[in-house]
Amino acid sequence: MLNRTLLAVFCGILFGAGIAVSDMLNPARVLAFLDVAGAWDPTLAFVMGGALIPSAASYLIKKRMAAPILDKRFHVPTNRTIDTPLVAGGAIFGVGWGLVGLCPGPVVAALVTLKWEIIVFAIAMIVGMAAYGYLPQRRAKVAA
Amino acid sequence: MNELHFLWPLAGGLLIGLSAALYLLFAGRIAGITGMTATVVGLVDGGSWSPARTQALGFLGGAVLGAGLAIAFVREPEIIITPSLGLLVLGGLLVGFGTRLGSGCTSGHGVCGLARLSPRSIVATITFMVVAALTVFVVRHVLQGVV
Repeated sequence: MLNRTLLAVFCGILFGAGIAVSDMLNPARVLAFLDVAGAWDPTLAFVMGGALIPSAASYLIKKRMAAPILDKRFHVPTNRTIDTPLVAGGAIFGVGWGLVGLCPGPVVAALVTLKWEIIVFAIAMIVGMAAYGYLPQRRAKVAA
Repeated sequence: MNELHFLWPLAGGLLIGLSAALYLLFAGRIAGITGMTATVVGLVDGGSWSPARTQALGFLGGAVLGAGLAIAFVREPEIIITPSLGLLVLGGLLVGFGTRLGSGCTSGHGVCGLARLSPRSIVATITFMVVAALTVFVVRHVLQGVV
């Protein structure tokens, strides 16, 4: 348990450093990538491409492992159904991301700057996450 | 906005991917920030304190620390945030609600899901990328300064 927590802190440090080094703390950079009709900035494509290399390699290695090194089993989602919540949720997230240029990873990492805009966005994001728990079918699923 | 050499985003991306890879192989978990944030603030499993919650808190705390270390010792970021207070709140609400409804964001679906060719993550990533680009198009090229 302690080992797993220390590992999580270490992985978090790598993640946050990666977000900062790649300039993903800057929403203007993200918006410039999303603005395909304007002065397009390819930065986010390099970040995604770079991230997918070790991540894809880890899933190839995982195939040869019965369990992760510090836990009894893998906790990787196995659901393969394309449903309405998946697409609707992606679209709603896309609108918010396009309006401001912030998604959850950079928001968390950028808290270190203590900028009021980041703090306001983070609070609104958590309120939005909490609101999801009040969806009628979501409550039914929790009850069942 | 400053020009940025492509080696910076490539190096940063590799760090993010390495983080996701180690988290998978050692802890057996997806490095998804949406799920971890919801877990840390008590929106998952009725808010009970579980080992998963401690781990998620460790990861997110580490992310704040890692960003601080990189800012202090690697490069000072330029952070330009132009949206108004109202748009920040609206954007935050939509990002929070949408990522929970869609079971993930750029890290969980993008970095971890695409890497294992999950059909759900491929659909989710295409959806939020296309909708975000359309949103930017409407705001910048259709409404132009209205919002």
